[in-house]
Amino acid sequence: MPRSVRCSALSASLLAEQVLNGLQLGVMLFLMAAGLTLVFGVMGLINLAHGSLYMVGAFACAATAAATGSFWLGLAASLAAAAAAGALVEIAVLRRLYARDHLDQVLATFALILMFSEATRWLFGSFPLYLDVPRSLAGAVELPFGIRYPLYRLMIIGVGLAVALGLFWLIGRTRLGVRIRAGEADREMIAALGVDIARLYTLVFALGAALAGLAGALVGTLQSVQVGMGEPVLILAFVVIVIGGIGSIKGALVGALLVGVTDTLGRALLPSALGAFMEPSGATAVGSAIASMLIYVLMALVLVVRPAGLFGARA
Amino acid sequence: MKPTMTAVLAAMALTAPALAEPVKVGMITTLSGGGAGLGIDVRDGFMLAMQQANNPDLELVVEDDQQKPDIAVQLADEMIQSEKVDVLTGIIFSNLAMAVIPSAVAQGKFYLSPNAGPSALAGSGCDPNYFNVAWQNDNLHEAAGAYANDAGFANSFIMAPNYPAGTDALTGYKRFYEGELAGEVYTQLGQTDYAAEIAQIRDSGADSVFFFLPGGMGISFMKQYAQAGVDIPLIGPAFSFDQGILQAVGDAALGVKNTSQWSKDIDNPTNKAFVESFQTEYGRLPSLYASQGFDTANLLLSAMGKAEVTDADAFRAALEEADFASTRGDFRFGPNHHPIQDIYVREVVKEGDVYTNRIVGVALKDHADAYAAECQM
Repeated sequence: MPRSVRCSALSASLLAEQVLNGLQLGVMLFLMAAGLTLVFGVMGLINLAHGSLYMVGAFACAATAAATGSFWLGLAASLAAAAAAGALVEIAVLRRLYARDHLDQVLATFALILMFSEATRWLFGSFPLYLDVPRSLAGAVELPFGIRYPLYRLMIIGVGLAVALGLFWLIGRTRLGVRIRAGEADREMIAALGVDIARLYTLVFALGAALAGLAGALVGTLQSVQVGMGEPVLILAFVVIVIGGIGSIKGALVGALLVGVTDTLGRALLPSALGAFMEPSGATAVGSAIASMLIYVLMALVLVVRPAGLFGARA
Repeated sequence: MKPTMTAVLAAMALTAPALAEPVKVGMITTLSGGGAGLGIDVRDGFMLAMQQANNPDLELVVEDDQQKPDIAVQLADEMIQSEKVDVLTGIIFSNLAMAVIPSAVAQGKFYLSPNAGPSALAGSGCDPNYFNVAWQNDNLHEAAGAYANDAGFANSFIMAPNYPAGTDALTGYKRFYEGELAGEVYTQLGQTDYAAEIAQIRDSGADSVFFFLPGGMGISFMKQYAQAGVDIPLIGPAFSFDQGILQAVGDAALGVKNTSQWSKDIDNPTNKAFVESFQTEYGRLPSLYASQGFDTANLLLSAMGKAEVTDADAFRAALEEADFASTRGDFRFGPNHHPIQDIYVREVVKEGDVYTNRIVGVALKDHADAYAAECQM
C-alpha cells in the first residue's frame, strides 16, 4: 500500500489560478442563468428545457465546425440554431402555457427535454461529438505572478463579461429593454398600450435561448458534446437564479460568480484544509463530500437572510 | 384414453434431448441518455454473435433501462413474469446491476453480465446462477497500478468520482501500485469542469496521473488537461478510451496508456473475424463493450449446445466450462464465476482518420479478482 503525502503549502499563484477558474465557471453559469431568469422574470415561465437549448448550441457548433473546419462559423451556427429552436418552441408550445400554473409548465418543458434529447440522438447518434478549441486560442499563456492559464478559458471570461455588459445596456438603455421591463411589471397594461406582447415574448425567449446556445458551444469545446449534457448545468443555473433573485440580470451575474468561485475554491481547498486536523484519506473523502454541497449551503444561507434572493424584487 | 396419453408423454420425454428447448434471453441495457453508447455496443455485439450462430432456439428481448435502477427492476420483473425469460443479461452500470441481479438469480434465472462487475457480487454475495463475462470492477484499475510500477512511476496523483465504483477504482489501483501518492482526489459524479483539479495536479509534483472518469467526464477531463498544457503522463482504465469516446477526445488522448482485457489487435482468429464482421455490419469499429456483448452471446450459445436450460445444474456446468472461442483468446471462469484473463496495456494511436488503441504490453497475466476467496457456492 502506498503512503499518502499531501502538499499542505498552497502557493499564491495556485490560489490565483483557482480564483480565475472559479470566475470562468461563474461566467459560463451566467450565460445559462441570464436566459433562464429573463424568461422567468418577463413571462413567469419555468423553463426546464433551457438545458436542451444549451445542448442544441453545442451540437450545432460541433456539427458546423466538423463540416466547415471553422470554430467561429460553428459559434455563429450555435447562436442561430438555439435562437431558432427557442423561437419555435415558444410559438408551438410555451405560448399556450403562460396562463397555466407552474406545474403544467414544468411538465410540458420536461417533456420537451425528452423530445430534444431523443431528436438529437436520432440526428447525431449516441456517441459524443468532437469539438476542440480553435488553433488560435489553443495552449496556455503566462500571466503576471507566474500564473499559466489556458487562453481559451480567458476568452470565455471575456465573452461572458461582454455579454453581461451588453445585456445591461439592452435592458437599461434600449426601447426593447423598456418593453421587457414593462412586460415584467404589468403585462396586461403594455398589451393595452399597443405593444405586440406575443412578439416580445418570442423575442425574449429566443434571446435567452441564444445565450444558452452560446454557453453550450463555448463549454462544449471544453467538455463532452453529448446527449443529456444540459441537465447538470440547468440545476446549477437554477441555484444561481435563486441566489441572485429571480428575474434580475444583475442577480444572475453576482449569483453566478458566487457559485462559480465557491464551488471551485471549495473543491480545491477543503480537502487539504481538513487535512490539517484529520488523517489524509478521511480528509479527502469528507472534504469532497462537503465541497459538493457547498453551493447548496450557500443558497440556503442567502435564502435565510434574503428570501427573495440577493437582488430579487418578488418573493 | 389415459394410457395413450401417458405413452405420448413418455415418447415426448424420450425425444426431448433431440428437440432442444428454446432459450429466451431478456436483455436490459442502457439505450438512451448519456450512457447509451455502452448499451448499444453491448447489444450490437450480442446480436452479431446471434446472427452468426443463426440458432433458431435462441430468442432475444431487448429493453432500455434509461440508466435508472427503478426502471431496470420493473423491466426485470416484467421479463421474468410475463415474458418468462430463462436468462437475463445486458446491464451496464453497477448500481442497476445491484438492483436487479440478486432478485433475478434468487428466482432461479441465469444472469450473464456483459459489463457491470460489482465487488459485492464477486465475494460473499456471489451466486451459482450469476456469471460475469467482462471483469470484476477492480480488475482494470489493478492492472493500471501494476503498469505504473512497470513503467517506473513512483509518485502518482489519483482521481475518481465520489461514488462506489470510484472508490473501488482507487482501491484497485492502490492494491497493486507500490509508489507514493502525490495526491488523491474525489470529484463529483457528473462533474464537467476539471480546472481546479488540473491546477492541483500541476502543482503536486506528480510523475503520473491515474484517473477513472467514465463517459463524458473523461472526455471533459482529457480535453481540458491537454488545453492546460500539463504534460505529466496519464494512465487510466479502458473505460475512458473506448472507440466511441476516443473520436470525441481527438488528439488530446494520443499516446495515453490504458488497461483493457480486450483490444482490436489481440491476435487470434475469433477476434479478427469479430472486428471485421462488426465493422461490415455496423459501419464502425467495435469497442470493448461490443466485444463483451459478443463473448456473452457466444458463451450462452456454447452452453445451449451442451445442455437444456430447463436442467439448471447441467446448464450451469456447461456455462462454467466456458467452452467458446473468446475474442480475448484464453478465457476461463474462476470459482466465483468471474473471468481469469490477461489484462493488456494499450496506447491510443491514430490510424488514418480514426483514433484507436494498440497493445503495447501485458499488465497482468491470468489475472483473477481479489474477492474470489470470500465466495462460497
